[in-house]
Amino acid sequence: MAESKVMVITGTRKGIGRYLVDYYLKAGWSVIGCSRGEMDEDIDGYEHFALDVSNESKVREMFSSIRKEHGRLDALINNAGVASMNHILLTPLSSVEKILNTNIVGTFLFCREAAKLMQMTKAGRIVNFATVATPLKLEGEALYASSKAAVVSLTEILARELAEFGITVNAVGPTPVRTDLIRSVPEEKMNRLIDRQAVKRFGEFADITNVIDFFLQPSSDFVTGQTIYLGGV
Amino acid sequence: MPESGDLLNLIFEAIDDLNGLRGPDEQIDKTAETTLFGDGSRLDSLGLVGLIVSTEQKIDEKFGVAVTLADEKAMSMKNSPFRTVQTLADYAGTLIEDARRG
Repeated sequence: MAESKVMVITGTRKGIGRYLVDYYLKAGWSVIGCSRGEMDEDIDGYEHFALDVSNESKVREMFSSIRKEHGRLDALINNAGVASMNHILLTPLSSVEKILNTNIVGTFLFCREAAKLMQMTKAGRIVNFATVATPLKLEGEALYASSKAAVVSLTEILARELAEFGITVNAVGPTPVRTDLIRSVPEEKMNRLIDRQAVKRFGEFADITNVIDFFLQPSSDFVTGQTIYLGGV
Repeated sequence: MPESGDLLNLIFEAIDDLNGLRGPDEQIDKTAETTLFGDGSRLDSLGLVGLIVSTEQKIDEKFGVAVTLADEKAMSMKNSPFRTVQTLADYAGTLIEDARRG
């Protein structure tokens, strides 16, 4: 029996990433994931790597292992991300470095190593994570929004550089979803944010997988370099 | 340092992979003198990228070390290590040795 398609998801220990693991396992994918810590449970058909996504040597080891074990990679979902809600005058450099390392360096490293595997089969799907905080120009999210603006640029340019290898690169820009990422943001601030969306509600995990599924489907091979923002932003 | 012959054969395998995707008139010769980069090369920039990636993967498989052939040092060298199969093999040998030393 041919092996099912292989997918890498980053930031899988909790939140959206954890949901994506179950969702794509159920859809028949072989799922390999990573996060800084170990998973809280064993999941059938899922393989986990505990690493920092900005650690180049660890990321390369992970992809080396995938190449040896599976010999292919069909999709990458770059979900790992950190946010920090703070006025710029109160933002420590350590927060800046953490955000840039995870959101930009991590996304870059995973795109690069995934594309090396995908170019072997001349096919692949990369889905990055943007955010509505960028087009909404949210006060207090300067670094998070800026880092995700860089992810959008990365997505657009990699789409061109990798098109010849049959690899598409797109991004989904979620609205706030009730996860740890927004746990510390006051409810009133969240409501004001949601009020700026065309569709005024919190996002659901299913809203995100709906867009990812569109990017992943074989007939989307003519769709690349695009960022789809949810909620009508 | 790995034997130069081993590294040449490893790059020839990478060329085999590349040739499998190229037409009969676009085949890359498997010789130490074959030009990979600059005047006289039959590879365009993407072809060279594919060869470098494939060579890195084979080095990982054969020698168990992860090297980055297109590193900053390679890019700033007066004589590019990507000129010919032989210069690439020599440069790869140096990187493997450095990686083993840690």
